[in-house]
Amino acid sequence: MEMNVVRAGRLTTVQDLGRPGHRATGVPLGGAADAFALRVANLLVGNTENAAGLECTLTGPELVFSADTLIAVGGASFEGLPAWQPVRVRAGEPVVLGACRGGCRGYVAVAGGIEVAPMLDSRSTYLRAKIGGYEGRALRDGDKLTVGDVVRPGSIEHWRIDPRILPPYSASPVLRVVRGAQADEFDAGWLQAEFRVTPQFDRMGLRLSGPKLERQSRRDLTSAAVTPGTVQVPPDGQPIILLADAQTIGGYPRLAHVIGVDQSLAAQLEAGGTVRFREVTLAEAHRLWLIREHTLAILREGLAEKFK
Amino acid sequence: MTLFPLGDAALVLEFGHAIDDAALVRVQALAASLGRDPPAGVTDVVPAFASVTVFYDLARAGSYDQLCAELRTRAGRAASRPPFATTRVIEIPVCYGGEFGPDLQQVATQAGLSAEEAVALHSGAEYRVHAIGFVPGFPYLGGLPARLHTPRRATPRTQVPAGAVGIGGAQTGVYPLATPGGWNLIGRTPLALFRPAEDPPALLRAGDTVKFRSISPEEFASWK
Repeated sequence: MEMNVVRAGRLTTVQDLGRPGHRATGVPLGGAADAFALRVANLLVGNTENAAGLECTLTGPELVFSADTLIAVGGASFEGLPAWQPVRVRAGEPVVLGACRGGCRGYVAVAGGIEVAPMLDSRSTYLRAKIGGYEGRALRDGDKLTVGDVVRPGSIEHWRIDPRILPPYSASPVLRVVRGAQADEFDAGWLQAEFRVTPQFDRMGLRLSGPKLERQSRRDLTSAAVTPGTVQVPPDGQPIILLADAQTIGGYPRLAHVIGVDQSLAAQLEAGGTVRFREVTLAEAHRLWLIREHTLAILREGLAEKFK
Repeated sequence: MTLFPLGDAALVLEFGHAIDDAALVRVQALAASLGRDPPAGVTDVVPAFASVTVFYDLARAGSYDQLCAELRTRAGRAASRPPFATTRVIEIPVCYGGEFGPDLQQVATQAGLSAEEAVALHSGAEYRVHAIGFVPGFPYLGGLPARLHTPRRATPRTQVPAGAVGIGGAQTGVYPLATPGGWNLIGRTPLALFRPAEDPPALLRAGDTVKFRSISPEEFASWK
């Protein structure tokens, strides 16, 4: 089946859950910045969680499918389409996704998944190296993409995700963090401070602005791995939260790391939003992660039953 | 060796802070062991200078404490292994100066050298790849002669071409992709350091020895 991109929207890329296993060659994890949203959207249309969908930034695309299909939106929602539920779409009927609401990245999963050639074991678009996704680039008006041919039977219109399992998306979230290796070298005041998201936010990271964070040590740091969620502090004292396309190695002090289950909240922040941090233990972060995975497993099994 | 978390899905095994061959050997030995036979739940391994970072999927790792114990054992065993049997030596052809290296003269001048002497010094040294990262295929190289150490440019260039060879402080390296960059550009290689369609996609890997060879603009143009 074909998906015609009538209008591409502000920045729309093909993403799956990224390419783990290639960091030693400098290739970042990549994939959906809000991975939870893509995973749930995929499950809602009967796909595996790692199927390729669209990550739509700030403004959604206008799409037309060549056959009847099922789609679902996760993460930010769009004007014109309900989120977190499967939606039947007729062949030739335009699907117009307007401005993102409740976040800056909406995910569109399509039954069958978007079929682009995997590159380094993933269909995700890595814009910086121009690899993966559709020709290694963001979609443009007039692109035609192939979608896997599947039929999803059943009466599904009444399904809804229980909102209690969704991340508490907010323009001013409190992000839970575990301490970074250099946390002791900073005054603890950052845990009380509020930071503003600057216009410099992309798939690599978010630059924050707030009280200047002064490092108390002058010890030279040896560059080492960083990862999505890492909160690093460059010499200007303004922290950066790294996201999906985070470089594999960095040399700035690591103040903290946003815990896995809260990375969805960080991925939906945009300029003008504000952030506070709250420290949790590693054991607590792990407990929350396992609960999240357990919840997804129940959802996965329940939906698999319904698509039988 | 110290072991500490990097967020809630990765662990760092650190072998001190020195950037030297001893650390490199321990890092490579452990990374090789983890690559050959990854412990349950390990999804990715990043060797860098004096540390190995191990990414894990908690659901598949059994327990966090188990994984930590297993990694400590591996690190101990790897330390007692002999270093690499052989070191790969990779030669990188570089066209120095002119439009290929607009900052060569400046680097030479601040080192009190002629441009030719600076090229001879840069291409005469042997470099060790301590890590690959920053951008895909980018080698962090050790071994730049002290005389060529040059502070980064006050204002980074908005676009540095793929293949540019630069000096930033005590480091030298090659930009695999066109990116913004603050290093002083002394030359350019026609070799592709990142080839996404190949396996592995990076031309270099940590532990390699790198030598630069000076080539003419004609040789650069004819390189395929």
